[in-house]
Amino acid sequence: MATQPATLERMIGKALKRREDPRFITGRGTYTDDVKLPGVTYAFFVRSPVAHARIRRVTTARAKAHPGVRAVFTGRDLADGGVNGIPTGWLLPNLKTTDRRAIAVDRVRYVGEAVAVVVADTPYAASDAAELVEVDYEQLPVVADATRALGKGAPQIHDNAPGNLCFHWEIGDRAKTEAALKGAARVVKVKLVNQRLIPTAIEPRASLASYSPATDELTLWLTSQNPHVHRLIMGAFVLGLPEQKFRVIAPDVGGGFGSKIPVYPEEVAVAWLAKKLGTPVKWTAERRESFLTDTHGRDHVSEVEMGFDTGGKVGGLRVKTVANLGAYLSLFAPAIPTYLYGTLLNGVYDIPAIFCEVDAAFTHTTPVDALRGAGRPEACYLIERTMDVAAHELKLDPAELRRRNLIGRDRFPFQTQVALVYDSGNYAPTLERALKMIGYEHFRSQQAEARKKGRCLGLGISSYIEACGIAPSQVVGSLGAQAGLYESATVRVHPTGKVTVLTGSHSHGQGHETTFSQIVADELGIPVDDVEIVHGDTGRIPFGMGTYGSRSGAVGGTAIHMSLEKLKDKGRRLAAHLLEAAPEDVEMKNGRFSIKGAPDRGKSFAEVSLAAYLAHSMPKDMEPGLEATSFFDPSNFTFPFGTHIAMVEVDPETGQTTLLRYVAVDDVGNVINPMIVDGQLHGGIAHGAAQALWEWASYDESGQLVTGSLMDYGVPRADQLPKYETERTVTPSPVNPLGVKGVGEAGTIASTAAVANAVLDALAPYGIVHVDIPLTPAKVWQAIQDAKTKGR
Amino acid sequence: MARITLKVNGTQHESEVEPRVLLVHYLRDVLGLTGTHVGCDTSQCGACTVMLDGRTVKACNVLAVQADGGEVTTIEGLARDGKLHPLQEGFWEEHGLQCGFCTPGMILSAWGLLQSNPHPDEHAIRLGLEGNLCRCTGYHNIVKAVQHAAKKLAESKSETAAPARAAGSR
Repeated sequence: MATQPATLERMIGKALKRREDPRFITGRGTYTDDVKLPGVTYAFFVRSPVAHARIRRVTTARAKAHPGVRAVFTGRDLADGGVNGIPTGWLLPNLKTTDRRAIAVDRVRYVGEAVAVVVADTPYAASDAAELVEVDYEQLPVVADATRALGKGAPQIHDNAPGNLCFHWEIGDRAKTEAALKGAARVVKVKLVNQRLIPTAIEPRASLASYSPATDELTLWLTSQNPHVHRLIMGAFVLGLPEQKFRVIAPDVGGGFGSKIPVYPEEVAVAWLAKKLGTPVKWTAERRESFLTDTHGRDHVSEVEMGFDTGGKVGGLRVKTVANLGAYLSLFAPAIPTYLYGTLLNGVYDIPAIFCEVDAAFTHTTPVDALRGAGRPEACYLIERTMDVAAHELKLDPAELRRRNLIGRDRFPFQTQVALVYDSGNYAPTLERALKMIGYEHFRSQQAEARKKGRCLGLGISSYIEACGIAPSQVVGSLGAQAGLYESATVRVHPTGKVTVLTGSHSHGQGHETTFSQIVADELGIPVDDVEIVHGDTGRIPFGMGTYGSRSGAVGGTAIHMSLEKLKDKGRRLAAHLLEAAPEDVEMKNGRFSIKGAPDRGKSFAEVSLAAYLAHSMPKDMEPGLEATSFFDPSNFTFPFGTHIAMVEVDPETGQTTLLRYVAVDDVGNVINPMIVDGQLHGGIAHGAAQALWEWASYDESGQLVTGSLMDYGVPRADQLPKYETERTVTPSPVNPLGVKGVGEAGTIASTAAVANAVLDALAPYGIVHVDIPLTPAKVWQAIQDAKTKGR
Repeated sequence: MARITLKVNGTQHESEVEPRVLLVHYLRDVLGLTGTHVGCDTSQCGACTVMLDGRTVKACNVLAVQADGGEVTTIEGLARDGKLHPLQEGFWEEHGLQCGFCTPGMILSAWGLLQSNPHPDEHAIRLGLEGNLCRCTGYHNIVKAVQHAAKKLAESKSETAAPARAAGSR
């Protein structure tokens, strides 16, 4: 008699230690720069030191003569060699596209744009020789600021974009919103700057290309969040490489935060060089280059008007935003300040009328694209900062103002005024729980006591919504996306019952090798160790749209789930055949297919797997093998939400802010691995807090990035951040069968406003209502001095 | 070219190097020890932190010739006899890493910290690691990982300590 297998512990919901960690903690991870190929040569890019110039001449003779140098190429060489411009992946009506070249041909438009590339036997020789490339620049006038770029008489950046306007975009109901504001008892007006940021993944971008004349195949190892997207765009549009002869491998990737989504000039050049020279070519960015050439994020200036009735209910919201896109359109740049921003301006509140318009400008700065949250942090900051300004003007408690406006739990699915339908939600409990955790009831009296002693304590609330699991394809297609946003997964069961999953999602810190294994283990009733997750290789994985927009669990995880369902169904039918039973009488439980009510009569998962590959006895209509591929295209985004509260102390003598406590109550739907969810939140919170307090990509008037190194740009350190107190509520998403929502960006979306609100709450005794982020000591100190002067 | 001799993770190496070659490039490109990473060029990020003669150093800030005659431990040399170091265990147990890129440097810096201060409180850990940047974790679980290791090390004094002159890296 067959013994009953022990019931395996349920994996979904368990804080399983990460399966990818052993290689990372022993130094055995393989990042792109770690890949060694025999005969490899090294590329080094010569970059423009000026923001706008005509290239009169590039002289390469001295560089070519330098020992160890294989070749030097200019933009003209690449253009003549058949390298096309890099396209944008999202088109909007009347959008002006840019002709972005891997290496500039006759004009440079931002500091750091490549003007030549040197290839040499060693990285040292390549960088030495780069010094010998002579470029004759005819300098042209520069504009780095978006509002100035849109103004009269500004230097023109692209001939096809008069007035430097890339596009004008609107969403919502203008007339209805104007009427709502007209009828409001009070209209709160605020101008908000959402400063430019630099993603700063700790692993710099890198690419390594190798061409095999024998197979005519080009292989590119790349720091990519979406290798199939890179292959498609580089192959089909830029380099003219057939997809079946072009393999992109994104091995271990050291953080992305959006900066490793786009197709960049350097990987285009490196891929072309490897084929041209017949040797492998590697390029790894120096941090200096990362600052200048990784896509930047944010950079909005917004005028906000929010109307309220006498009871503190929001009646309407009007937003006018100028967004800086930089010198060229990066891959998804047009989507960020539009469909990922304007559509989120409803926040968690019942707002009956909204209108948002965006002017997107070209400037002589590094191109802007997705950065952790991508549009949604800008929207959240705008709403939540405005709510606090409103609370101040209406003389209402900021928690109470939010309470009065939250969308009720009985309103879901909730149709917003800006196109989205929120899938599920229950907002009030996150606010109430967070208030309780921080001790709000007693805080105001503590704050008053502290103020008497000259201490400035502040508390800031941010109730956020985010749209993640970016999809569905039909919708994003109708909005301008030049791609679908589904995800694929192949689940391959081997004859021994072990499982390989080929997922189109890509992990660069998110822990998919663990969480996806947890899904598989539970659904097949097999140990986690029997499951291998493969990602990041177009040579192994059928297709994939990659990881961004907090989509991997909701979209990629569901694709795996769908394949598992197909396999279980086939396994059940095969088991029924072997057991001489009707398929409907067979059930799968704990890794065993058995007759309902007779658990002893059954076959283990491994036995059925083997039978599928032996194929000695199969049902008539069944093919051998046990493998399934699925593409999941969800019906909607998912909408995580929550409330974050920061407590700070500002030293009025120095303007220095100390983060005292940080409380977060998030609802990200069902949770696969709570340890990983908390970890994602922690990192997200740090990133957003850093925008509130420290990080700022600052350009001077000549277009020089003055915060171009880690000495100048404020990536936070361990001693600047507090511990995070996190709790959760769980409202499953109805959009996918796992009920998951997404968590990679939630912390960043919420925390900037929470921290900024806390600092401004601390400054309230000085009569200060708003100061633009980042609230650096210098800015806070100056605001205090200005307030004191004004008060005199 | 200069001839250097140094012991790395217990193995003696003798090499001819250009005098300008950085220790981190020597470790990665000559010895193939790619666990030590390069994250910046201004010695801020700490991803390249290794132990040199009992002190943590940023290997992007040391020339290979300066390490001549010295003894280096990298992340690859931290586990002994197939057994993870308590810091490696701690980072794994407490989810002290995500993308893993800063992790080797972070672990080596923490090792230096625990050698100079075996019982650091949270504040001391945060100060001790301020020479290392992490973009993924927000540091919360890194602090817990170091606390985990400190506790484990205190429980078992059998750890063969590196020379006592250790100091946190800057």
